[in-house]
Parts: sequence; structure tokens; C-alpha cells
Amino acid sequence: MRKLVIDPVTRIEGHAKIDIYLDDAGHVTDTHFHVTQVRGFEKFTEGRPFYEMPAITARICGICPVSHLLASAKACDAIMAVAPPPTGVKLRELIHCAQFVQSHALSFFHLSAPDLLLGFDSDPAHRNIFGLIEDHPEMARAGVALRKFGQEIIQGLALERVHPSWIVPGGVNTPLDSGVRDRTLAGLPAARALAERTIAFFKTVLDRFEEEIANFGNTPTMYAGLVDGGGGLQWYGGLLKFRDAAGALVASDIPARDYAQYIGEAAMRDSYLKAPYYKPIGYPDGVYRVGPLARLNVVDVCGTPVADRELAEFRQRYGPMVHSSFHFHYARLIELLHGLEKIEVLLNDPEILSKHVRSRANVNSLEGVGMIEAPRGVLINHYKVDEEGAIKWANLIVATGHNNLAINASVKQVAEHFIDGEHFKEGMLNRVSAVVRAYDPCLSCSTHANGMPALQLVLRGPDGRVLSTEG
Amino acid sequence: MPENISIRIDGEYVPAQEGQTILEVARAGGKYIPTLCYLAGTSSVGACRLCIVEVSGVGRLLPACTTPVQDGMSVTTNSEKLKQYRKIAVEFLFSERNHVCAVCVSNNHCELQAMAQKLGVTSVRYPYAYPKLGVDVSHPRYVLDHNRCILCTRCVRVCTEVEGAHVWDVSSRGIRSMIICDMNRPWAQASSCTNCGKCVQVCPTGALAEKGFAVDEMVKKDHNMTRLAARRGGHS
Ligand code: SF4
Ligand code: SF4
Ligand code: FES
Repeated sequence: MRKLVIDPVTRIEGHAKIDIYLDDAGHVTDTHFHVTQVRGFEKFTEGRPFYEMPAITARICGICPVSHLLASAKACDAIMAVAPPPTGVKLRELIHCAQFVQSHALSFFHLSAPDLLLGFDSDPAHRNIFGLIEDHPEMARAGVALRKFGQEIIQGLALERVHPSWIVPGGVNTPLDSGVRDRTLAGLPAARALAERTIAFFKTVLDRFEEEIANFGNTPTMYAGLVDGGGGLQWYGGLLKFRDAAGALVASDIPARDYAQYIGEAAMRDSYLKAPYYKPIGYPDGVYRVGPLARLNVVDVCGTPVADRELAEFRQRYGPMVHSSFHFHYARLIELLHGLEKIEVLLNDPEILSKHVRSRANVNSLEGVGMIEAPRGVLINHYKVDEEGAIKWANLIVATGHNNLAINASVKQVAEHFIDGEHFKEGMLNRVSAVVRAYDPCLSCSTHANGMPALQLVLRGPDGRVLSTEG
Repeated sequence: MPENISIRIDGEYVPAQEGQTILEVARAGGKYIPTLCYLAGTSSVGACRLCIVEVSGVGRLLPACTTPVQDGMSVTTNSEKLKQYRKIAVEFLFSERNHVCAVCVSNNHCELQAMAQKLGVTSVRYPYAYPKLGVDVSHPRYVLDHNRCILCTRCVRVCTEVEGAHVWDVSSRGIRSMIICDMNRPWAQASSCTNCGKCVQVCPTGALAEKGFAVDEMVKKDHNMTRLAARRGGHS
């Protein structure tokens, strides 16, 4: 038997490794996706005051610190048993939307567009953001502009771009400045036009990827995401809902505090990343996916006009339940539009400039769970404290964790379809990495580690000898 | 009446009185000497060694906050050598405990951090000790995080000399030194604590903080304290 190793998978956030086992005839027999880096986070927070948790969790990862801050702040709200004032909630939603915009733009333009626009089989030396700038400068520029738009909102709100400590237990730290609101509203039409142009362009290249769409982890799974009372897309509030592959309702209206009744966590061999599964079904059959595609599969509507129009077209093309992980990209672009529309709604809300943005309290409950949608999917923070507010226990379930089982299944499917050990080509392995990238996994936060993305793909013979490397 | 004398600081003659320290004379004369453990109005202990100065004719560096002036003394407050030693002193403070400014309530409002910036300390050349230290969150209003304590003993002095409660002490010696509360009990059980918060406000770092503040939010209100302490006179 031979073994292929993709280590590390590049253009993802964090450090992962994929082993592909080949039989003597060169056919794929098995695959393993594992996350190889860890920095125990739950351990070193023990004994610290709970209200420090948002800032600490935000340091787990520089890519979506806002999501961590929010999930953690919501867990702290629960410990204090307070509801932030309405404007505090709206401002949290606003910064969250801004984070979605910049994160989705990063994922699409910087990490995935090289494959999508330059081609999976294009020269790996050119297949990166720099190649994209050369061949599709307008796309690269759109990516930069959209990221900047999102980041400037975050900066305007939090006065600090990367790790805003503005989100605090009980709400936010300072009200919105009317100047920031007006500047952002002025920039919105341009940002929306860019996003609409991008999705239109993306739809024109879709047909080139029929083979990928058909084989990129399209194994049906359940899906999980947050929805509001009307079945609309929710990133900040909402209750958890599970749908099965056929679209039938599995469970709904699950509040954060009940998550453990529905989600179990299995430890996996050779990986630091735990594998959450749907508890009533059990491990490993209770596999479900989260993230942009999963969200669109569980909601009835997005709740904003342009995104809803796109969602309707998406469903027209691929049906009410879309399984191919390739369509994480498509879903991400629809969500990008939704994020921009939502920002507009929030900024035009007459309450948004209210000065009452924070509630204060001490420990009123010894346990708190915060749940939100991060750009990559459901993020759960669960803390237990003593009467004085010192953390006794903490658990984090991150998006990439939820997707762990599904990523494994997708890797296997792609490997089986595209890899033929007798005729090994770089592009085959790139597709294996690409299916992982489709999930936009954030492995540094999955293992709560501080990781740097890197890409290298290694093909090893049965004796462990390196046969080929990419990266 | 203490006798009027005259000393030279960085070449300039500065009026002084017997019994004053070099630091007091320098400050009165508008000369800057960096300090961390010094707290106006309380006794000086010479703990941090930031205020070291050169005194001509004396072979070693002397802490300005505890060294009394002498007639005809000539003091140098700034030199390459002093800068180097002060940097080392700050680096030691960082390496001894766990200062993760990015998640600290006192970030951007911290005297230790500000001092490091002022002295141009951009990295620490000594191995970090990474001690495993606790956080006392038992008090209803305040927190003590030993990870951020620099053992300046300002809390000990303000509590004893200004509030008169003497809740705080230092236990052990050297690297094992710790600030302790009422014979080493959780703060909430310190019957002598009046909950006045003076220690919290004078603590130069995030070691003592009010509860419920997020990162960056703990701004110390130490001006009142310094005024209060100064008004007492006596100690200097
Ligand atoms: S006490 Fe000061 S130096 Fe220490 S971590 Fe906090 S901000 Fe940094
Ligand atoms: S707790 Fe603060 S004031 Fe007290 S010794 Fe430590 S650093 Fe100084
Ligand atoms: S201020 Fe003089 S030794 Fe600290």
C-alpha cells in the first residue's frame, strides 16, 4: 500500500495534513484529514475572571476575532444574566456583518479565486493571489476593496482593526459615532456594486466546474445553522436548526444553553480537532455541516431583497438542498450581499446612535453559553464559573469542528475521484486541498492554536519515501 | 529647620534640604528620573531600581528614591549606562511574570508598559519564567492577578500608611515573593480590608483592578490618592 501526504494544506487558516492511502494499483483506499497543531486554550483560562474571556478568545485567531468576541460576550451575558440594551445588540450585529463581509471577501478572493479563475490545473507557481492580480486585476481589486470596506467599519466602531476589544460583556464599550455611520453609508453603494458584479461573474464561470461540482464532497449530510422566528438567516441571534439531507426538519428552536443535548463531541485519532456529531443519531452517522452552504440550506429566506433574489436563483439551479461543497463559494457570495444589505438596514435604524449600549452586572448564573454564526459556521462558547466569577471550565465548539466529519468525507470523495496513483498530477492533489479550502476551515481556531497558513503537498511511497511535493 | 544645601544634577546646581532624597530634589528642580515603585506621600523602598542614578565618587549606581542628598553631591540622571541598566530592570519585570498586554485590563493605561515604551524596550533578552500563578477574584469589587504584579509594594504602603488597614504584605523572598492578603487568605476573607480601593488605584499595572472591566478599560484614578498621600506629609 502507498500513502500520499498533503502536509500542510495551503491557503487555509491554520495547519492541516491529509494522508491519502493508495493500494498497489494506485487506487485510493482511504484518506485522513487531520489537524496537527494545538495550543490548549481551555486550560490556561482556568481561574481567570470570566469577563476577560472575550479578549482572550479573540486572540485565538486573527481572522475572525469579532466572532470569537461575540460568542464569548454572549456567554458572559448569560453568566451575568443580562440582556444588552437594544442598541448594544444592533451594534454587535453591525460589527458582525462587517466581519462577514471582510472574511468572506478574504476567503473568496484571496484563497479560492486562484483555483476558480485561474483553474485547478494552472501552474501552481502562478495559482495564487499574485497570479490573480496579473490575470484578473479587477477581481483582485474588488477583493481588496470589499475587505477594506468591512475592516473600516470594524475599525470605525472598535478603533482597533484586528482584535477589537470594543465588544464587552453586557453590550459594547462605546456608542456609534455618527461620522462613522455616514461614511459607511456613503461607501455602501460601491461595495454592493462590487459584490453584485462578482457574483454575476462567478455565475458565468460555474459551468467550467461541472466535474468539481459533481465530485466535491456532495455526499448528502445534515445541515445546521441559526434562524430567526420566520426562518430567516441569522448570524448573531436566532435559534439552532437542523435539517436532513432531503430538507426535512430534524430539530429546531434550540437555544444556546441546550446545545449539548443535540451536539456530542468525539475525539478523533491523529487529530487535535474534535468531531462534533448530532447526538440523537450518534457518532459517526450524525454528521452535519455548518457554514455558508449549510446556512442557506437551513433557512427559508435570507431576509434582504438582493440576497433573496440570488438565493432563489441558486435554488433554481441546484434545488432546494444543495450538497456539493463546491457551492460553499457560491453561498459565500450570496451571504456577502446579505451582509452589505444588512449593514445598510442597521445603519438606517434610528436607534443605532443611542448612547445606551451596555448593561452591567455581576455573576448571576454559574454557567453561560454563547452561540453565534461565525463566517465559517456555528460557534459555541460554554463557560462554567464559581460564585466569584472565576472560570472553572470552558468549552469551545468552532465551525471547522462541526465540519470535521464532513471534510473527511469530502476529502475521501475527491481523492477517490481525481487521484489515480499511476498517473499522478499536481492538479489532482490541488483538488484535494481545494475541497478543504471550500469549507474555508480555520484550523488555528479549531484547535485553539496560533497557526500560520502554509501549503505543501507530499506524495509518499509505501516505504515513506517522498515521491512528489507541491507547494 | 533642615539645613539648606546645594547639589548638582546633570551639571546644574539645584537647591536642596538635608533629609530629602535625590528623587525629591530632582523632581522639585524639574528633572526627570524614571520611577515605578515610588509613590509620592508614602515611604520609599527602592524595589524597582528604575530610578538609579550615578553619583560622582560612588562606584555603584544608587536608587534616587531612597538615597538622601549630601552637600556638594554631583548626580547624573541620564547616561548610556543608566539607560542600559534601566532597560534591564524593566525586562526583568516582564520576564518574571506573565504579562500578556493584549488581553490585560490595563493595556494602554499601564505604567509598566508605558515605561517599557519610554525606555525603548522592544524585546526581552532574558528567558521568561512563566510562573504558574493564581488570580484572586474573591473580593466582590476588586481582582488581584499575581501574573501582572511587579512587587512594587505600592499597595502594601498605601494600605498601611494612608488607609491604615495594613491588609497587604509580601511573603517569601526573591523570585518566590508574592503579595499576600491578611496572612495569606483570599481577599474576600481579609477582615481588615475596608474596601476603600486605594491599593487598586495606585497599582501601576493590571495586577490590581476593579472587577468587570474588559481589556484596555481599567484606567486608574491615582491622582486623588497621590494628593491624599502627599497631604499627610511625614513620609516622603
Ligand atoms: S500589567 Fe501592564 S505590562 Fe503587565 S500585562 Fe498588563 S498592560 Fe501589560
Ligand atoms: S499588586 Fe500592584 S501595587 Fe501591589 S505590589 Fe503588585 S504591582 Fe505593586
Ligand atoms: S522608584 Fe526608586 S527603586 Fe523604584
